Amino acid sequence: MISRRHFLQASLAASALLGPAASGQWGRLAAQQRLSQGDLLDFDTFGNVTLIHLTDLHAQTQPIWFREASVKLGAGDARGQPPHLVGADFLDHYGLEQTSAMAHALTHLEFEALGRAYGRMGGLDRIATVVNAIRADRADALLLDGGDTWHGSLPALRTKGQDMVNLMNALGVDAMTSHWEFTLGADRVDRIVSGLPFAFLGQNIFDTDWNEPVYEPYELFERGGALVAVIGQAFPYTPIANPAWMFPELSFGIREERMQAMVNEVRAHGADLVVVLSHNGFDVDRQMAARVEGIDVILTGHTHDALPEPLLVGQTLLIASGSNGKFVTRLDLDVQGGQMLGFRHRLIPVFADAIDPDPEMAALVAAERAPFADELAEVLGHTDSLLYRRGNFNGTWDDLICTALMEERDAEIALSPGVRWGPSLMPGDPITREDVFNVTAMTYGAAYRREMTGAEIHGAMEDIAENLFHPDPYFQQGGDMVRVGGLGYRIAVDKPMGERITGLSHLASGEPLDMDRAYTVAGWASVTEGTEGPQIWDVVSDFIRKAGRVSVPENETIEVVTG
Amino acid sequence: MDTIDARPRVRVPRTASPGEVVQIRTLANHPMENGERLDADGNRVPRHIIHRFVCTFNDETVIEMDIEPSLAANPFIEFEAEVPESGTFHFAWHDDNGDVYEATADIEVA
Amino acid sequence: MKISRRRILAVGSAGLVVTLLPLPASAATEADELIARFTDGATPGEGPLTITAPQIAENGNAVGVEVECPGAKSIRILAPANPNPEVCTVHFGPLAGSHRLSTRIRMAETMDVIALAEMEDGSFVQASARVRVTIGGCGG
Repeated sequence: MISRRHFLQASLAASALLGPAASGQWGRLAAQQRLSQGDLLDFDTFGNVTLIHLTDLHAQTQPIWFREASVKLGAGDARGQPPHLVGADFLDHYGLEQTSAMAHALTHLEFEALGRAYGRMGGLDRIATVVNAIRADRADALLLDGGDTWHGSLPALRTKGQDMVNLMNALGVDAMTSHWEFTLGADRVDRIVSGLPFAFLGQNIFDTDWNEPVYEPYELFERGGALVAVIGQAFPYTPIANPAWMFPELSFGIREERMQAMVNEVRAHGADLVVVLSHNGFDVDRQMAARVEGIDVILTGHTHDALPEPLLVGQTLLIASGSNGKFVTRLDLDVQGGQMLGFRHRLIPVFADAIDPDPEMAALVAAERAPFADELAEVLGHTDSLLYRRGNFNGTWDDLICTALMEERDAEIALSPGVRWGPSLMPGDPITREDVFNVTAMTYGAAYRREMTGAEIHGAMEDIAENLFHPDPYFQQGGDMVRVGGLGYRIAVDKPMGERITGLSHLASGEPLDMDRAYTVAGWASVTEGTEGPQIWDVVSDFIRKAGRVSVPENETIEVVTG
Repeated sequence: MDTIDARPRVRVPRTASPGEVVQIRTLANHPMENGERLDADGNRVPRHIIHRFVCTFNDETVIEMDIEPSLAANPFIEFEAEVPESGTFHFAWHDDNGDVYEATADIEVA
Repeated sequence: MKISRRRILAVGSAGLVVTLLPLPASAATEADELIARFTDGATPGEGPLTITAPQIAENGNAVGVEVECPGAKSIRILAPANPNPEVCTVHFGPLAGSHRLSTRIRMAETMDVIALAEMEDGSFVQASARVRVTIGGCGG
C-alpha cells in the first residue's frame, strides 16, 4: 500500500514542476513586457477544498517595493534550510531562473534593476482580484488571515485598525489569528472582535487570572463534502516582544499540549482536514509540526518568509506566504475520508502592474485613505539609495532611522527595533509621510532618550541575540536583531549567550565601547508603560525634511560570524 | 500596614461522587510587597504579604501553605481535594497585618 | 526593543533586580547552601518529584510553576537567584486529593527554580526547572 506521505511527496514533486517552470516562463514573458494576469492566476483546480492564505499584511493597502532579506540566518538545525536560504542559494534550491519574476519577488538580487522591470507588488485591490479569481474556480474557498493585519500604516494607526477591519471584512475573511493586533490594546481588540463576521482564533491565548482560554481555539467548516478544522495560534511571545501592559490580562505561549488536545478534539468531532492558522514563525511551526500529531497543514506567519512550494514535515505541509501583500497562497487539497491525499499549491506573486485592481476594493481603499490623503502624500525629501529593512541586521531604512534619532535627539547611540515589517523605497523615490509611517507606525512609538552604560548596552544586545539565535526554535521570541546607530560590533551567532557580541566600538570616537561609561542613547518602541518622547515618525520626518536628500550606504560596521 | 480589599475567589465544583478528587482554584488580590521595592522617593516599601493559606473541608485539612515574599502578587493557588461526603470547604488567607480573608464553598456529594 | 529606564523600574517595582547575563558559577553553590538549610544538611536525592515551569517567562513578576510529588509530606519552592529566594511551602493534609500544587512566583532573572519535597520517611528529594527571563521587546 502506498503511504500517505508518499502521496504528499508525489504531490510535492508535481508542484515543484509547476511552480518554478512557470516562474521561469514569467521571467521571459516579462522581458517581452507580457507578464499577464492570466499567467499569474493560471491554476488547474484540484481536489475538493481550497485554502487561500494571506498573512502579515501590516496594513499595506497600496502596491509597494519590498526587498527580501540578504541575511536571514537560521539557528541550530534550521541553518542552511528553507526559509533561511537567501539570494542565489534560494534560487538554486528551488530551481528558479535568475532575473525571473519569481527571483525578483523572492530574493534581494539586483533588486533595483529587476524592480524597474517588474514593478511594485501587492495592493489590496489586486489581492481582491486574486481572491475573486480563486473563488470563481471554487466559490467556497476558505480565506484565512494569519494576522499582523490591523497594524503598520498611518491610516491603521489613526483609525485604531478600523480601516483594515473594514477592508478585510469586504474581502471576505473566514478566520484570522493575531499578534500586533494586541498593540491596539486588549479592549480595542475585544471591541473589534465582537463585531467581526468571522472567527478570531487563538488556542494559545489565556487570561492571567484563572489561566482560562479567552478566544475561540478553532472553527469548523463544511467544504467540498469534508469537515475542515481551522485552529488558530497567535504569536506565542506577544507579551515579551510587545508591551504587555497593553493587554495585561492576557497570557500567550506556545501551549503545545493544548494544540495537541485541540487537534484531538476536532478529529473527535469528525474533522477530515486539520489546518493550523499560525503566527508562530516558521521555525517554531516546523518544530511544532514534528511534535504535534495530526496536523495536515500549517499556514505559517510572523517571520515573513515566502516559499514557492510547501515544506513537508512528516505528513504536515508548511505553507509560507510572505508579507506586506506581496503574495497570496492558493492551496487546493484532495480530502477524502479523514485524510489529505494530495495537494496543488501556488504562491501567487501579486505583481501590481500585471494584475488589474478590483474596482470595488479600490474604491473602498480610497475611501479609507481619503481622510488622511494630504498627510499621506506629503513629500519630506528624496532618497538616492535603496531603503529597506528586512534582514537579521541593520538595513538602510534602519540606519536612516538611527541617524535621525542620534541627530534629532542629540544622542551618541541609537537603538531601533528589529521588526520585520516596513516596505522599501527605490533610489530616486520621494520619501513621503506615508513611507515614514510604513516603517514606524505603532501605538508605542515614543522616541526615548536616556543614559545606558556600555555594559547595559552589551547586556541588552546579548539578550536580544539569544532571542534570535537560540538553537531551539521554541526559545526564539520576536523580531530580528536590534538595529544600532553609532555602534560597531561583531556577532558570533553560534556562541552561547554572553559570548556572542564582541568588539563593540563607539563609531564617533573610534574607541571601544566603555563598559563603565554612561552613553546617551535614543531609541523607540520601548515596551515600557509611560515611556516619554516625541513620536518616532515625527523625529524621522523632521530629519528627512532638513536633509532634503538622503543616501544610505549598506551597513559595514556589523561583522557577522557563523560557526 | 494598609488594609487590603483581597476579594478572595474560589472555584470549586458544586457536586462530586463519594471519595472523588476535585480540583480547587483560588485567587486573592494582594500586592505581596516583598520588602525590597523602593517607592518613588527611594524609600523601601516594607514587607506586606499574605504569609499563610489554609484550606479545610468539614474541618479536616486539605492543604496548608507557608508563603514567602517570592510568591507573585495576587496569589493564585491550585490543588486537589478528596471529598468523602457533602460539606463545606473553608479557605483562609492570613495577611501580615493580622487580617484573615475567608471564603467558603459547599459541595454536594451523591 | 525593550531597553529603557522604565524596564528597570518595572521589574524593580516587584523588588527585583534585572540581571541580563547568565548566573555566575557561584550561584549553584548558593543554591546548595539554601537547600542544606531546609534539609538540616542532608543531601536530597532523586524521586517522584516533578516541577513544571515555562521555558521562557512572559512576565518575571508572575511565572506559573507546578510541583507534584506522590508520597510527599510537604513541598518547598525556591527561586535561588531572587533577593528573597523562598517562595512557599505546601503541607498536604489528610484530605489532599493529590500531592500537587500550582501557583505563580516572582523571578528576578534567568535561573533554575528548585522544588524540594520532604517525604513521609523524612528524606528529601529535589528537582529543578530552568526558566529564562528576558528583556524581550523586539516586536517582529
